[in-house]
Amino acid sequence: MYSELSYMFTDPLMQRALLAALMVGVTAPIIGTYLVQRRLSLLGDGIGHIALTGVALGWVIGSAMGLRPVDALTVPGAVVVAVIGSVLIEVVRRRGRTSGDLALALMFYGGVAGGLLIIQSAGGGSANLMQYLFGSISTVSPTDLWLTLALSSVILAVGLGLRTALFAVSHDEEFSIASGMPVWLLNMAVAIVSALTVTVAMRVVGLLLVSALMIVPVAVAQLLTHSFRRTMWLACGIGVVVCIAGLSITYWHNVSPGAMIVVLAIGVYLLAALIRPILHRRQAADVYTRDPHPDIPDDLCLPPMPVEPASAAETKECAT
Amino acid sequence: MGAVVIQATGIHVRFGTFHVLRGIDLTVCKGEVVALLGANGSGKSTLIRALLGIVPMSGGTVSLPDAHQIGYVPQRVSAAGGLPATAQEVVAAGLLGKGRLRLPRGWRQQVHDALEQVGLADRCHAATNHLSGGQQQRVLIARALVRNPELLVLDEPVAGVDHQSQEQFAITMHTLVSQGRTVLVVLHELGSLAPLITRAVVLRHGQKVHDGEPPQAHPGHDTPGHVHLHTPQIDEFKPHLSGLIGLDHASEALTYHPKTEGGRSDV
Repeated sequence: MYSELSYMFTDPLMQRALLAALMVGVTAPIIGTYLVQRRLSLLGDGIGHIALTGVALGWVIGSAMGLRPVDALTVPGAVVVAVIGSVLIEVVRRRGRTSGDLALALMFYGGVAGGLLIIQSAGGGSANLMQYLFGSISTVSPTDLWLTLALSSVILAVGLGLRTALFAVSHDEEFSIASGMPVWLLNMAVAIVSALTVTVAMRVVGLLLVSALMIVPVAVAQLLTHSFRRTMWLACGIGVVVCIAGLSITYWHNVSPGAMIVVLAIGVYLLAALIRPILHRRQAADVYTRDPHPDIPDDLCLPPMPVEPASAAETKECAT
Repeated sequence: MGAVVIQATGIHVRFGTFHVLRGIDLTVCKGEVVALLGANGSGKSTLIRALLGIVPMSGGTVSLPDAHQIGYVPQRVSAAGGLPATAQEVVAAGLLGKGRLRLPRGWRQQVHDALEQVGLADRCHAATNHLSGGQQQRVLIARALVRNPELLVLDEPVAGVDHQSQEQFAITMHTLVSQGRTVLVVLHELGSLAPLITRAVVLRHGQKVHDGEPPQAHPGHDTPGHVHLHTPQIDEFKPHLSGLIGLDHASEALTYHPKTEGGRSDV
């Protein structure tokens, strides 16, 4: 067992994959926390769909330029298209509500269909896209790792450095406008950083499951905490654990790392949902015997309660 | 009368084809407590949202103090967002503003002081979704107060709020007004704030119809806990309610005061 583990940790391919998984596990839930807070849980999914067109464009340009390996430009392509897509989503979101919803749906499906058509028209098959859709540890090259590291630092700098400001804007946009905060800029920052997160996580969990890694750890954390800050940290911890564990399992079993990681995360969610009542009961052991309603006077003037038992009055009435 | 704090002229707001505000002028001077009154849908909230830049104006000019001197309390019963947040976290957001995207030193003390002003210092670490509607509203007031604002803008701060929170709110407002702060408050009825109000502006159909002395409320609208009923079929109701103590009959409205008979009501 130990030798197997040490073999896994000395394998350079696995080292790169684990490092990438670590960064993804940290960054995705941080940005996911802001998305859940603004009730935009499915935004990551949408950006993932759009990023597929970027992957295809990168692949086509790479093969046209005769680059080795042919997919050298897929990640940069995904970054560029995902950022453009997320900025467009933010603009549409600002414009209006009902028509915006449809515009987003058009962009999301257009992204997938466009990606598939571009790569097929360049002579590639849909098999080339599979690794991007579901993640693959064998594809993390040293260049990818550096790019992942650079993008992760940007995500962390924005996501953690501006935490209070991003919380304020996500929590109450109108108050933030009235306070004179640069709300438009901060919204753009969240959109762009979300796009970067999607492309960072693409290699490990795949574009179709990126959003799950952003959202599920947050869903777990909010079951167990009362504060925004703790939700974020707990989600981060859960993200790291499921990413490293899921990836390690795929070292021995030939399954998709993305699927493994997401199934593990959902398993943690079920576990948390099960233990939550027990946890709360223990925390509130002394409160449990008390009245659970807050002690707030209502503004009602009620007549005094009838002294005689209601049942006696009822039978009397029935007898007559 | 002090210096001019709010100077707005000819404000127009259009939502698509709806002309919501039709040329409103508003001047508020330092130290004034101005109530903005009017029926639901008369444009009160839209006016203050336009003043603060939340809603785009289609015409008119506004001059306001710097954003960091304004404390805004939005009209909202719930302070809870998509995720749990503590009262401390929500109030701390009030310390941010133009050019200040990170919390200043000593923010914990400032947040504590603001929560103390609304009587919630002990609920600092409570999740806002565990607080009552009135307490959540007080958290939002604390978020405005933590900015130490010269101008407070409140949108229906006591709508749907329990009696205890209303009383606490009146105490807080007395303190703030005695400190010489300027207040613009949207109200449905003057209620417990009546002694503080120095001037009232009444909107009707997006236009200003009154600017001056606080108007007398319709009889019965000034007591807390009153119940009133406006209906075209009012004559059908009258016979059913004729035995009710504390019932005012008017041609277009029935008003019922449950407190007129020492809190007892016998139907």
